[in-house]
Amino acid sequence: MYAQMIKSEATQDDPEKLAAFQARIDAGDKIEPKDWMPAGYRKTLIRQIGQHAHSEIVGQLPEGNWITRAPTLERKAILLAKVQDEAGHGLYLYCAAETLGVSRDELTEMLLDGRMKYSSIFAYPTLTWADMGAVGWLVDGAAIMNQVPLQRTSYGPYARSMVRICKEESFHQRQGFDIMMKMANGTEAQKRMAQDALNRFWYPSLMMFGPSDAESVHSEQSMRWKIKMNGNDELRQKFVDQTVPQAEYLGLTIPDETLVWNEEKGGYDFAQPDWSEFFDVLKGNGPCSVERIEARQKAWDDGAWVREARLAHAAKKQAAKVAAE
Amino acid sequence: MKQEWPLWEVFIRGQHGLSHRHVGSLHASDAEHAIQNARDVYTRRKEGVSIWVVPAADITASSPDDKGSLYDPADDKVYRHPTFFDIPDDVGAM
Amino acid sequence: MSVAGLIRMGDNTLVLGQRLSEWCGHAPALEEDIALANMALDLIGQTQLWLGLAAEREGAGRTADTLAYHRDAWDFRNLLLVEQPNRDFGVTMMRQFLFDTWHLDALTALTEHDDAEIAAIAQKSVKEATYHRERSSDTVIALGDGTEESHTRMQAALDRLWPYVGEMFSTDTDDLIDMSGLRPAFYAYTDTVFAEATLTRPNTDFAHLGGKTGARHTEHLGHMLATMQVLPRNYPDATW
Repeated sequence: MYAQMIKSEATQDDPEKLAAFQARIDAGDKIEPKDWMPAGYRKTLIRQIGQHAHSEIVGQLPEGNWITRAPTLERKAILLAKVQDEAGHGLYLYCAAETLGVSRDELTEMLLDGRMKYSSIFAYPTLTWADMGAVGWLVDGAAIMNQVPLQRTSYGPYARSMVRICKEESFHQRQGFDIMMKMANGTEAQKRMAQDALNRFWYPSLMMFGPSDAESVHSEQSMRWKIKMNGNDELRQKFVDQTVPQAEYLGLTIPDETLVWNEEKGGYDFAQPDWSEFFDVLKGNGPCSVERIEARQKAWDDGAWVREARLAHAAKKQAAKVAAE
Repeated sequence: MKQEWPLWEVFIRGQHGLSHRHVGSLHASDAEHAIQNARDVYTRRKEGVSIWVVPAADITASSPDDKGSLYDPADDKVYRHPTFFDIPDDVGAM
Repeated sequence: MSVAGLIRMGDNTLVLGQRLSEWCGHAPALEEDIALANMALDLIGQTQLWLGLAAEREGAGRTADTLAYHRDAWDFRNLLLVEQPNRDFGVTMMRQFLFDTWHLDALTALTEHDDAEIAAIAQKSVKEATYHRERSSDTVIALGDGTEESHTRMQAALDRLWPYVGEMFSTDTDDLIDMSGLRPAFYAYTDTVFAEATLTRPNTDFAHLGGKTGARHTEHLGHMLATMQVLPRNYPDATW
């Protein structure tokens, strides 16, 4: 998902306070910024919301790669609006993280120096226009499965930003599927692009949900705190079950020869992605890992004079105002 | 100079005449910049007709420890909530 | 009624919208990233209107998209100013400020145009251009006045772009209005902004010409179009 492998922090607070805190969460209360919270809850949330925000910002890049090459004026406008939304979502999430006592600049620096991660999916390249379809259809489709339940997460500012994000995201997956339909029903070259995009994005999309819960030692605490709402395997299964019929509708083939309907469990059996590839990507060895951080670093460095100048101007204006009074 | 643009809280009044509502936050160098950023960030879908921005640092919030004294007294004033009153179905929508 | 005049309006917004969209994901702050995308979206929307009307009036079966994607550089009729590369944020915002100031005045005049469809497009665009000019003016002021570095960058941006200002006021019968009449208001407005921004207007009226007539574009336009048009050119049979 947009937040993967979030290590949840053990916490050594007063057991009485902890119990009261857990009781509030169990009762469905929202935790707000000034409320008491266990140090581990705060740290885990900063890590999770921060990684989610970074994923939105880095996620601008693979799609931004095609804005200048969008094949019609309308497609250009739609794609630009979508990638702009991702900047907005990053902004909302950074603001939510800031309520926990970390600044946006600190989070940015942690992304740039590798202390914080972003979702593995955005370390993959977008090579044809069909990838704009595949990213919307598969990547946004996977993201929505995680984000809809997060609207009910226990931390108020996080939940509220997810409400806004889900509202805005509703068109993202649809525009992706719309591109896929055009491509899958288009010329031979377009069909080839569509199948190629599915081939390249299928397994990285499955990786978005993170490794199996059986191997994830952190899920349990996060689920108790209601900052993780569903298990990884559960969401992955739901995603596959939803996506296979859509691929059939498009006349495309899921690149998994073992894929088969399992009547007993009422879902598909499917092949797991190559998890060693996933861990390589997380370590910064994704196909575009270097380029992605390089692009963010350049924007950060090149923008420094602008951010400084605006503050300097504001200070001068304020001084002039005070002098005039 | 290593300093961030200050944080602002954004309130927007929509087209239907309801009060300004808190919609989120953003960073901006001064009030004018904050208004422009709010327009660009929070009214991309024509959500609002009037924008307020307030420096987040200037907001005084009630302390969570006061929660009891602030809100509990209202707990027994259930008549403030419309569902307190049983209105016969025959009366129609109210 | 001149199709060429409509194409000039549409090519300006198309080329500048394309330039601004290059920033998406790379701006100095998230708030600026979003603002630049909004401007690009407005300009692309205006392009669809201007080029759509041009294609309709031309009556040769073309659309806004065929005009955008199937003409080569010499058939483009945009100002040289808007095809200038983004370079840094300062050049981008200075280019925006110079364009917005001219654009707002041109659109305002066009709202009175005898042709109702032209006036309608202008009326819709004027609202957007008003905000664009407000934002780009404030940015030029803040960055011109801000720090020593930002001041130096903004003055350099102004010096670099100034030779492309004169073309906005060159005019011929293809234009929808007499563009030369807009010059005094442009100088008056920009001078007040430059004063606040502590910037000095270059002391020359030299103007590069050739964009709006198509006689001689800069080298930059060809590269931009090679990128922008790659898919429709490579796959002429495809619909997207």
